[in-house]
Amino acid sequence: MSTSVVVTGLGATTPLGGDVASTWSALLAGRSGVKSLDVDWAKDLPVKIAATIAVEPSEVLPRHRLRRLDRCQQFALIAAHEAWRDAGFAFGDDESAEGFRVDSERLGAVVSSGIGGIITTLDSYDTLREKGWKRVSPFAVPMLMPNGAAGQVSIEFGARAGAHALASACASSAEAIGYAIDMIRNGRADIVIAGGTEAAIHQLNLAAFASMRAMSTRNDEPERASRPYDKNRDGFVLGEGSGIVILESEEHARARGARIYGVAAGVGYSADANDIVQNDAAGMAKAMDRALTDAGLKPSDVVHINAHGTSTPIGDIGEIKAIGKAFGDVAGKIAVTSTKSMTGHLLGGTGAVESIATLLALRDGLVPPTINIDDLDDEVDLDIVQGEPRKLAGGPAAALNNSFGFGGHNVCVAFRRHES
Amino acid sequence: MALSDQEILSGLGDIIEEIAGVPAADVTPEKSFVDDLDIDSLSMVEIAVAAQDQFGVEIPDDELKNLKTVKDVVVYVQGKGVSA
Repeated sequence: MSTSVVVTGLGATTPLGGDVASTWSALLAGRSGVKSLDVDWAKDLPVKIAATIAVEPSEVLPRHRLRRLDRCQQFALIAAHEAWRDAGFAFGDDESAEGFRVDSERLGAVVSSGIGGIITTLDSYDTLREKGWKRVSPFAVPMLMPNGAAGQVSIEFGARAGAHALASACASSAEAIGYAIDMIRNGRADIVIAGGTEAAIHQLNLAAFASMRAMSTRNDEPERASRPYDKNRDGFVLGEGSGIVILESEEHARARGARIYGVAAGVGYSADANDIVQNDAAGMAKAMDRALTDAGLKPSDVVHINAHGTSTPIGDIGEIKAIGKAFGDVAGKIAVTSTKSMTGHLLGGTGAVESIATLLALRDGLVPPTINIDDLDDEVDLDIVQGEPRKLAGGPAAALNNSFGFGGHNVCVAFRRHES
Repeated sequence: MALSDQEILSGLGDIIEEIAGVPAADVTPEKSFVDDLDIDSLSMVEIAVAAQDQFGVEIPDDELKNLKTVKDVVVYVQGKGVSA
């Protein structure tokens, strides 16, 4: 019987709000976080929209800290602090600080990023060419390295069981949560700070994605650009931000009287071994099957799926078919939604932010809508939540969160309501 | 016109506040960077670059490692500064 893993804290900073509460209420209200990019560097790009962070890190962290953290690391620390407080843990060396004192040796940190400190990389290169090597920050290396967020979170909270950063593009933070679940099941840690972060809104990245024709160019209507499952979707919208969850062994959580959001019941992985940028319906279905098996769930236990649904013409349908394949007769009973319609695509941060949305949907019995569906694609034969949030029945229930990344990585995390 | 010790100290205080978050008022001559102000070697590099911008005085690496206290930096800058 494997160790049961529960979720005891949530933290986020997203294009919809600077914390979990504001993000969640925006999701339920069907609000979009996508804006026009009113910057010089976007003028010559075909894509002039992005889902930029709602609350700038400079409003939260002091200047001397900001200058030695890449933007993605700033997001991760802000989200991690919220999750830490939310879990009721004491922070810092002060013995008299309020909250439960965590054993450092039993605490892990798994914080992923798709591309790490790319803004530092690009800015540092500009500095090098314009001003010479002595002006490159001595902190540039720890800022740009892809494991930077994991390292910074580990240092901030004293996570000594292990610090890990998995990279699988858009599946990175779902993988982080999966790895963290296994850390606890394997007895390496009792508590793990897990999630992901991305800050990649930069001219180069927009140009590179635009060159693939993967992004929406609906520049005149930013809030309507991210439209998964709509007939007129034309690509994804880039977003930035971070999501962090506190995973804890159920035994440890109960012993300290923690508030439990839900059970991180299992994770399923597959690799397509097919196309470097187009994930495969068969592979996606396998990840869902394996998540159900790992979680000890039947297809009929699943009431909701937070889909990957990026708003690309091909990708959206692939996932719909995959859900049909994995769930067969009961596929039509599942409330499916893509919150990327509101947050945009947070790349390495998306799996974690969407896991938070999945947990809260189970907690509140409310599934956020997929906005901007004016004309549902004919091939979408599933129940996509639109308009008002969908009420879920009470009682035992499970939900899945899908994340699929370039490279053929398919990750599905299964959550279920906790019975106390 | 040469800068006075006080002007250098004050400028250095601002730099250290910006880079390390130590309040400028706490940057007093006798303080040790490592032991009193909790400033590591990477931050010292940043401080040296900022000091060069502020005072026009370059601090080479092999000199920087000998500057242990705030006063050491003030004296160094004062010594290399241009006077009218």
